[in-house]
Amino acid sequence: MARMKFLCDADRCIECNACVTACKNENEVPWGINRRRVVTINDGKPGERSVSMACMHCTDAPCAAVCPVDCFYTTEDGVVLHSKDLCIGCGYCFYACPFGAPQYPKIGNFGSRGKMDKCTFCAGGPEADGSREEYEKYGANRLAEGKLPLCAEMCSTKSLLAGDGEVIAEIYKERVTRRGYGSGAWGWQTAYRESITS
Amino acid sequence: MLIKRAQRQNAQFARGGSALATPAEHGQGFDRRTFLRRSGLAAGGLAALSTLPLDAVRKADAAVVAGPLTSGATVRKSVCTHCSVGCTVTAEVLNGVWIGQEPSWDSPINRGSHCAKGASVRELVHDGRRLRYPMKLVDGQWTRVSWETAIDEIGDKLMQVRETSGGDSVYWLGSAKMTNEGSYLFRKLGAFWGTNNTDHQARICHSTTVTGVANTWGYGAMTNSFNDIRNSKTQIIMGGNPAEAHPVSLQHLLEGAELNRANVVVIDPRMTRTAAHATEYVRLRPGTDIPVLYGMMWHILKNGWEDKEFIRQRVYGFNDLRKEVEKWTPEEVERVSGVPGAQLERVAKLFATEKPATLIWCMGQTQHTVGTANVRASCIALLMTGNVGKSGTGANIFRGHDNVQGATDVGLDIVTLPFYYGLAEGAWRHWSRVWEVEYDYLLSRFDNKKLMETPGIPLTRWFDAVILPKADVAQKDNVKAVFVQGHASNSITRIPESLKGLKALELLVIADPHPTTWASLAVQSGRKDGVYLLPVATQFECKGSRVASNRSLQWGEQIVKPVFESKDDLEIIYLIAKKFGFADKMFKNIKVEDNLPVAEDILREINRGSWSTGYCGQSPERLKAHMKNQHKFDLVTMRAPKDDPEVGGDYYGLPWPCWGSPEVKHPGTPLLYNTNLTVMDGGGSFRPRFGLEREETLPDGSTRMVSLLADGSYPKGSAIRDGYPEFTLASLKKLGWDKDLTEAEMATINSINPDKPDTVSWSLDLSGGIQRVALMHGCVPYGNGKARMNAFGLPDPIPVHREPIYSPRVDLVAQYPTLPDAKQFRLPNIGFSVQKAAVEKGIAKQFPLILSSGRLVEYEGGGEETRSNPWLAELQQDMFIEINVADAAERGIRDGGWVWVTGAENNSKAKMKALVTERVGKGVAWMPFHFGGWYAGVDLRGNYPKGTDPIVLGESANTITSYGYDPATGMQEPKVTLCQIVAA
Repeated sequence: MARMKFLCDADRCIECNACVTACKNENEVPWGINRRRVVTINDGKPGERSVSMACMHCTDAPCAAVCPVDCFYTTEDGVVLHSKDLCIGCGYCFYACPFGAPQYPKIGNFGSRGKMDKCTFCAGGPEADGSREEYEKYGANRLAEGKLPLCAEMCSTKSLLAGDGEVIAEIYKERVTRRGYGSGAWGWQTAYRESITS
Repeated sequence: MLIKRAQRQNAQFARGGSALATPAEHGQGFDRRTFLRRSGLAAGGLAALSTLPLDAVRKADAAVVAGPLTSGATVRKSVCTHCSVGCTVTAEVLNGVWIGQEPSWDSPINRGSHCAKGASVRELVHDGRRLRYPMKLVDGQWTRVSWETAIDEIGDKLMQVRETSGGDSVYWLGSAKMTNEGSYLFRKLGAFWGTNNTDHQARICHSTTVTGVANTWGYGAMTNSFNDIRNSKTQIIMGGNPAEAHPVSLQHLLEGAELNRANVVVIDPRMTRTAAHATEYVRLRPGTDIPVLYGMMWHILKNGWEDKEFIRQRVYGFNDLRKEVEKWTPEEVERVSGVPGAQLERVAKLFATEKPATLIWCMGQTQHTVGTANVRASCIALLMTGNVGKSGTGANIFRGHDNVQGATDVGLDIVTLPFYYGLAEGAWRHWSRVWEVEYDYLLSRFDNKKLMETPGIPLTRWFDAVILPKADVAQKDNVKAVFVQGHASNSITRIPESLKGLKALELLVIADPHPTTWASLAVQSGRKDGVYLLPVATQFECKGSRVASNRSLQWGEQIVKPVFESKDDLEIIYLIAKKFGFADKMFKNIKVEDNLPVAEDILREINRGSWSTGYCGQSPERLKAHMKNQHKFDLVTMRAPKDDPEVGGDYYGLPWPCWGSPEVKHPGTPLLYNTNLTVMDGGGSFRPRFGLEREETLPDGSTRMVSLLADGSYPKGSAIRDGYPEFTLASLKKLGWDKDLTEAEMATINSINPDKPDTVSWSLDLSGGIQRVALMHGCVPYGNGKARMNAFGLPDPIPVHREPIYSPRVDLVAQYPTLPDAKQFRLPNIGFSVQKAAVEKGIAKQFPLILSSGRLVEYEGGGEETRSNPWLAELQQDMFIEINVADAAERGIRDGGWVWVTGAENNSKAKMKALVTERVGKGVAWMPFHFGGWYAGVDLRGNYPKGTDPIVLGESANTITSYGYDPATGMQEPKVTLCQIVAA
């Protein structure tokens, strides 16, 4: 059984933001909600590196552990999804998430939070695959169509990889061996409690 | 690899309450595109159901919708409109609505990838901020008019201007956004109207490249391809930031560098996002490219690293060059540019010895008063090291817009008719034969024969042509009307001056998907009337061919029909021509369906006339076959297997030159000037365009005549094993090859010049016979010459360093002054006087910071289109200026704080945010050039027609930029000026 993961090769990421707009395009994500973003460290200095971040679909996801209404579930592919019908917008998951993935639309005049929204690995939600209801609440379900998340598919430099964890780890290892350097699979230790060494 | 997610049968969650789950849940109203997508789904879902086989119905019923939301959608392919890489865009269309974008895995250029802009192009089509219908400014108010009224009134006014001031008083500003067919028609419209004042974005991006490179070795284009950079062992990127300007190209650069463990050197005043991935970064003072390149060459010559055999066989003027290089000792280079000698020696060694090496450049080199000379110096560095005409080498010039190479080739330009034929009588006669219109008719359209053969006014100076005294403008009258179709105004320098021009015009027509800063600044200038807005479709709503930077032609399909009341570029050009009364003549061989000229017919006309550049073999049928068979082309060589029935042996997109008629089946030329291949396999040689021999001065001062033809170098399989001039009927006769011409070909040649058929050349022969016969014998139709280190005829035949007009190094201006004032392109260029006055007035003391400008990945060009796209606008919401940490500290400026930037001319000022960073060196500030809609601290949002204002507005960099024009091309100087920054 595949275990879906993301891997961002920071030595390839050029902060072009294709992943960000591809996500917006595919899932019709409204202004103000960012399921994916690119973070740059040492901006403008030697050693500048960028990494594309979103929900990493953690093993034993901390968001699920803290959710008071138990709205999270992990699919057979290892994708962490949630039900917006159950979510109460409490924000606990945001504090638990090591990647800052959960997003909340503002509703009302007092900054109260709407239901949480986050990257679904382009795998929709609890509703029937490919249904209108699923699309309206969660966006696309590419996995059900046999496709991978659009952010990774459209990555300009093939920096962002998505797919079966073992396969993408192998691709990354080969790259590192071939070019002779690699700053590591960013976030893997935190999300999957493993690191990739070639 | 991918395992489809298991069907979840009724997961642990109840489905109740799903009616609530509308986009309203996101704190938004009913999202427009959800509506679009949903409306597509409703009908498509039904259609899909009705076509399902019986046994599938139950399953479909159970799953609500069997397939994905996009089932039943058709897939259409076009080309991204945001840079010259040429990424294929794959669109899913349902019921005429563009509902989704998928990765274009088959394209050998982008292999599924996009950048932020490419991944969001779908939004451009349904963008609610588009101009919806024609409008005109009436008493200061934008008022809706019909297309008929608009065309009628515009046409009448233009004809009145023509009557009183002559045809040259209308400025036709076209676009690199148009397809080849569109930009060709726009140029043809200029010719039939009777003016050479037809220009487009190439003027402000790579006009200096085209001029500099063509004057060196024949053609003004990228010599190799993005894909071919995968073969390089050393990549030098000098004056370019492809990580932001051409992100998908980085896929090829980075993968190539990883595979070859290649050296990647970035030479730039900013430590760019590209530099972050380099193995070596060289910081230079803006405007000192020539000293740095000569500094490299100094080390190359000192160490004997030059490619002596290559120079002997294929290069002219080496001794003249050597004298100039010798002046640039490491000490002098460091004094002028700030680059240490040891670092340059290291870079020079990599470039000359770890080969193949390529030199990549963009606007960091071209947008200067010395732009042409910069580009020439780069070519010379490549020639000196033998890094041209082989894979992994070359002048990899990354062009800007998606079709800027094509629009340049089809002659949407002030200095030439289509395909670089020039403006001399012979060129006009050639095109009158292709167009099947009397030469005398074309002549009658111009004010006089002299103006017909004189280059027009560069777009950089359209406003000077409006506001300068009439006596200073070398045509019948000043420019009185501007018709702009697809060009930003805020990408042109000296905005304060352009406001005066906008005010003084009698008529301004803006044809564009958006009102653009032309509209907001026209209102700001005080205009109350005489401005029309015509809604143009985006290129995704049109079909036709586009040329990527690597010279590949790609045919884009129409994804959806023009939205709102927008019209295709071709239709607008036709309607204007019809109003002027010459449509029948202009479209004689082009079918017009319901006012829309047929794009395929236009390309066929291009094929019939473009022998000089080898656009003759790319028929619409061949281009469409390439798009259909994209997956068959190799990633590195870009070639399809020879045995393929449809595209066998072709290079992807038939990169020009693709010689002969389509039937000749030339595969295209992936690398220019490559002697390692036969011509029929895409090989070639340098083009002899500048005579056959010339006097050269030797180091000892004596002179000798040297040949300008290649010496012992020739493409593989050539019947002539040495240099040779271009082919004419006479040369075929001399070789005894005229017998290979068919009777029909002979008849055509005789009809072209009945008196002297012998003079008919490969580029004038409309039968293609001369080309066919040259190819038969393994020869290049244009000849086999030497590349020129000494480009006699240019203002500086050997590149010479000249300080920018506004230089912070006042101490260097006397030693390295700009060229004397002169009249160029119908206007005075007073750069020398401006430079002198700046020194005398102590401008550098008042404005001590160098100001440069460049791109952001999220936006393109003037940016009105991309700043209207919420997916992009959200990522860059504020105009800013980068300022070095030390300079900011001196001025009490904090990161993210508001600042006033003031410029050296017109008391210019602009308000924006500060980005305090080490990305720029001390003494240098940098702005992105995509912003507009603010002027001198004032928000101009109210100047746009209601609902068409871009989401993000901001000050334009060009409010601050200043005087300075390249003498060979009229290129502006947005890369070096002076400014001061204070906290606001």
